[in-house]
Amino acid sequence: MKNKILQSFDEAVADIPDGSTVMFPGFGVGSPQNLIAALNRQGAKELTGISNGHGGTTGRVDVGTLIEAGQVRKMICAFTAPTHPSRITPFVQKYNDGEMEAELLPQGTLAERIRSAAAGIGGFFTPASVGTELAEGKEHREINGRTYVLEFPLHADYAFIKAWQADTFGNLQFRLAQRNFNPIMAMAAKTTIVELENEIVSVGELDPDKIHVPGIYVDRMVIIPPDGIWETGP
Amino acid sequence: MPDLEDKPRLDREIIAMRVAKELPNGGYVNLGIGIPTLVSAYLAPGQVVFYHSESGVLNCGPLAEEGEEDINLINAGGQFLQPVPGMSYFGSADAFAMIRGGHVDVTVLGAHQVSARGDLANWMLPQRGVGNVGGAMDLAAGADDVIVAMEHTDRQDHPKIVEECTLPLTGKGCVSLIVTDLAVVRCTPDGLVLEEVAPGWTAEEVQELTAARLMISPDLQEYQL
Repeated sequence: MKNKILQSFDEAVADIPDGSTVMFPGFGVGSPQNLIAALNRQGAKELTGISNGHGGTTGRVDVGTLIEAGQVRKMICAFTAPTHPSRITPFVQKYNDGEMEAELLPQGTLAERIRSAAAGIGGFFTPASVGTELAEGKEHREINGRTYVLEFPLHADYAFIKAWQADTFGNLQFRLAQRNFNPIMAMAAKTTIVELENEIVSVGELDPDKIHVPGIYVDRMVIIPPDGIWETGP
Repeated sequence: MPDLEDKPRLDREIIAMRVAKELPNGGYVNLGIGIPTLVSAYLAPGQVVFYHSESGVLNCGPLAEEGEEDINLINAGGQFLQPVPGMSYFGSADAFAMIRGGHVDVTVLGAHQVSARGDLANWMLPQRGVGNVGGAMDLAAGADDVIVAMEHTDRQDHPKIVEECTLPLTGKGCVSLIVTDLAVVRCTPDGLVLEEVAPGWTAEEVQELTAARLMISPDLQEYQL
């Protein structure tokens, strides 16, 4: 069996080339901070990020760290404004300066586009955003008396995942609200890299009924060392 | 007409208290950020509501006490939750399947503007150039009932209930009820119906601070708490 366990985050992200599309999960919690810090050290540029938010509001490592370093060319996300108007995030600065592009999506559309990529779906119709500027230019269709817009799958080259526990096969478990975008992003990317909060257990030690992401989707795993980055909440 | 700007209005807690009366017993409810977040504190004795959070939690309970927060247990507003029996956890795709699929009975949202036809604008102020759509468009499209809880006018005292929204829309014709610090207004196919006014306020005064025509309900009454 292929060994999916790597010893360092730097090794896990070493081959990510410039121009890659990378998925970053997290919704307050569940953010793969150690992988993001490693990609920041690695220095890949011209990245497209797919994420719920654009980071940069908490002072901690998140996708905003890569944006601030000038590594990201485009963000596809559901939040483009800082939560407080007085705070100018790295994203807002670069967006206003014309250095970055952004595609803003309803959060549910973002999630379903990722899930569609994971599941091999070519597109889907959603009622969210109908009648708003986010639906402009998109194909509309009336189905059973209701209007929907056509949305396409969002694929990625890499997904960075934060999980609670795994076995050596790469079966993953999450804890509480840590799950958010993690499972669908793990499923949607060509290469899925996981950072783990706990030791990797032997195959058979996790209850097969309680696996949130089966190992078929997982390529690389690294355990967060005691001196790594640990989440402190939103 | 007296100077309405200085006339006392209801506070945010009272708005939340009024909205709480609208939540169906046993219903699944999603509360937005701001005044909507306050609603959960005002359920009647015996009133049971199951709160849904886009962060992937169903049956959210009260906020965690200081010192007892669990890093991984938060609501969509980033507040720490207490673990309670009957909670379930799920990912974002499921959280939004619940919303778009019509499984959430009521959502309570804040708003920048609501139009005479029940259009909602709540995700973007163009002068900021960027916006936070978050889950609002999915909620506007998917929840059975959209209740707006907001101040009746903005900080410059401009009406937030308007004939046509001038700010970017979140959804069209989606709002069913507007609860403000001055009034309760129902959105109907025929237009906006003023059903309740704050104590000390008249229908004419509320109309004065509303930029869309209000039909006065034959059963117009004082704000019901």
